[in-house]
Amino acid sequence: MININNLHACVETADGEAKEIIKGLNLEIKSGEVHAIMGPNGVGKSTLSYVLSGRDGYNVTDGSVELDGVDLLKLNPEERAALGVFLAFQYPVEIPGVNMNVFLKAAVNALRKQRGENELDALGMLKLIKGKSKELGISDDMMRRTVNVGFSGGEKKRNEILQMAMLEPKFCILDETDSGLDIDAIKVVADGVNKLRSPDRSFLVITHYQRLLDYIKPDIVHVMADGKIVKTGGPELALELEEKGYAEFLKAEEQEKAA
Amino acid sequence: MAATEKTIAQVEKLSGGYDAGFYTEIESEKAPKGLNEDIIRFISAKKKEPEWMLERRLKAYYHWLKMPEPDWAKVKFTPIDYQDAYYYAAPKSMENAPDTIDDVDPKLLDTYEKLGIPLREQEMLSGVKNRSAVAVDAVFDSISVATTFKKELKKYGIIFSSLSEAIQNHPELVKKYMGSVVPYSDNKHACLNSAVFTDGSFVYVPEGVRCPMELSTYFRINEMNTGQFERTLIIADKGSYVSYLEGCTAPMHDERQLHAAIVEVIAHEDAEVKYSTVQNWYPGDFNTGAGGIYNFVTKRGLCEGRNSKISWTQVETGSAITWKYPSCILKGDNSQGEFYSVAITNGYQQADTGTKMIHIGKNTKSRIISKGISAGHSDNTYRGVVKVMPGAENARNFTVCDSLLIGNDCGAHTVPYVESRNNTATLGHEATTSKISEDQLFYCMQRGISKEEAIALIVNGFAKEVLQHLPMEFAVEAQKLVAISLEGSIG
Ligand SMILES: Nc1ncnc2c1ncn2[C@@H]1O[C@H](COP(=O)(O)OP(=O)(O)OP(=O)(O)O)[C@@H](O)[C@H]1O
Ligand SMILES: [Mg+2]
Repeated sequence: MININNLHACVETADGEAKEIIKGLNLEIKSGEVHAIMGPNGVGKSTLSYVLSGRDGYNVTDGSVELDGVDLLKLNPEERAALGVFLAFQYPVEIPGVNMNVFLKAAVNALRKQRGENELDALGMLKLIKGKSKELGISDDMMRRTVNVGFSGGEKKRNEILQMAMLEPKFCILDETDSGLDIDAIKVVADGVNKLRSPDRSFLVITHYQRLLDYIKPDIVHVMADGKIVKTGGPELALELEEKGYAEFLKAEEQEKAA
Repeated sequence: MAATEKTIAQVEKLSGGYDAGFYTEIESEKAPKGLNEDIIRFISAKKKEPEWMLERRLKAYYHWLKMPEPDWAKVKFTPIDYQDAYYYAAPKSMENAPDTIDDVDPKLLDTYEKLGIPLREQEMLSGVKNRSAVAVDAVFDSISVATTFKKELKKYGIIFSSLSEAIQNHPELVKKYMGSVVPYSDNKHACLNSAVFTDGSFVYVPEGVRCPMELSTYFRINEMNTGQFERTLIIADKGSYVSYLEGCTAPMHDERQLHAAIVEVIAHEDAEVKYSTVQNWYPGDFNTGAGGIYNFVTKRGLCEGRNSKISWTQVETGSAITWKYPSCILKGDNSQGEFYSVAITNGYQQADTGTKMIHIGKNTKSRIISKGISAGHSDNTYRGVVKVMPGAENARNFTVCDSLLIGNDCGAHTVPYVESRNNTATLGHEATTSKISEDQLFYCMQRGISKEEAIALIVNGFAKEVLQHLPMEFAVEAQKLVAISLEGSIG
């Protein structure tokens, strides 16, 4: 599915300088797998998600990213979306004036158009939205409001999962979708994700908390530090992290390497 | 695609996608260039006008000569050389007014067809365009080419014709109402119009009649170096209702062109007039600002009777310079005025637009919703006046002015004046300025929506409150126009 090889990437800072954040990252996720990335604040997890989805101002200086053999780095964000890249944002963006229903329709049809499929009509769209939002416990009222405006933290995250369910992507990145959610909401979101798990869909779940991984069982857990993956293991790695905390864990890692 | 076609398509794209920019090759009769008393006599003679009309024109002309240009709007342009333009241009084929639509030069009909305005009634009714019937008065340069559904409307006693015809057929109405809301001495542009106006539409809806269809006028400037000076007069008698829409386009010429129009609306007791405009005059070159229309328009409505209502809705996307303040004089007790506006500027366009609400009667109400969108190197100003006169007990106004900026090189300005001379008035004002952020665009693009589409989505959302006041038949087109006029606004 996705192959990330020796990826180096910079962000443009406010004073126009390039600052390297991703420093030689390698990652391979196979079809159907769920990988989790954990790591301290500021190591570049969100930056990685932006680089993968093609955000302006995040420039790749070395390495490669392929999705099913297609060079993602050559494509603009909407083309990547059409190929099946989906990012559930750590901070979903408010778009005043634009109705949720209108936004979802625009997104679904934009993707269908790019994929050479027929656009859905108003009725088909309404059915799709109704079905998916019901599964996620999202009220019709919320669908009539404008995109993320005045949504609570939990509603925003749920809305990201709704969009994921509607757009049926191949490769989903969830950036701290659990933060700000109460325990019940985590279950709803995890349920939503689990329903989408399938042999031809992969997930990259960025989180700080082991708890989410109780509900979304990862196949592989990575630890990220200073722009790289520093350790890869099974679900038990998350438990170990939780117990020790990042600082101690990373120190132990370093000592092990030095030895 | 052939290379030349490709170039044309590219150029069109760069010009902000102005697709009404074609020129109709047609033989045209013009007045000699320039402006003097003879030209006014020429126009009046062409229209076979009665003596009283010519006298009014000349009075306006001599007043105009002495009037200063208005200088308070936030627009910059080289002074107009009034002698370097034609004041009358009409297709030769219209010299002897055709009796039926079948006698009209097919080239003219094709022009309107191309603009999406079929003029043959049966075509409109056959529902090709999938919309209900709309009666159209089609004005081409200085002359009305055709007016549809006249007979149908006559059954209701409604008069819908070109103003030139109305001067011939209903002189008593024209004499009484023309100039009663916008006097010739109102401002320099209106005064010029009063002297040289050529054509426009006339509507009279009799007492108690609800006009059964949308009425509309489609203004087309075709010739180079000609000004267009149309004039519209709408009278809604007691208890009547009419919804009227005007649309405007022009070819891409390199020279600036002057358009100075007057619209007067009179609503009697319990009458309601809904006036909508979709203004898409050629905005000038997208990259240099060369050419384009100077759109200097005086629009004013008089709520003469009790419980009368006038509502202005405008979507302003075109013109190099827009100077326009559709206003309401709320004279009748309980009368209401509304102004809903979307003004979009891109490239090097400048818009200074807004409204005036003058509260004179008791319990008068006004509502102003203005949405300004600026992109490129453009400048967009909302300028409004709310005035409450001493006798206007319990007057109420509510104003919302929102500005949206796209990019860093454009400007948005809000200049609201409030003058209250009665302390029972309730006045509310809200204003916001926002910007389309990179975050918003990326969020949309991540969902598969292209940047241009994302801008259109956000802008249409921003303008929704205004667009929903347009007649249904035009709302969809207006949304598309909003999208087109913002093409190229982001790199
Ligand atoms: N535009 C920018 N200009 C300067 N520094 C930036 C910019 N964008 C990101 N950074 C820096 O890059 C680093 C990585 O940020 P990123 O948001 O990817 O971290 P993260 O791992 O997602 O952290 P968290 O767990 O807090 O979400 C941080 O030090 C951040 O300050
Ligand atoms: Mg982050």
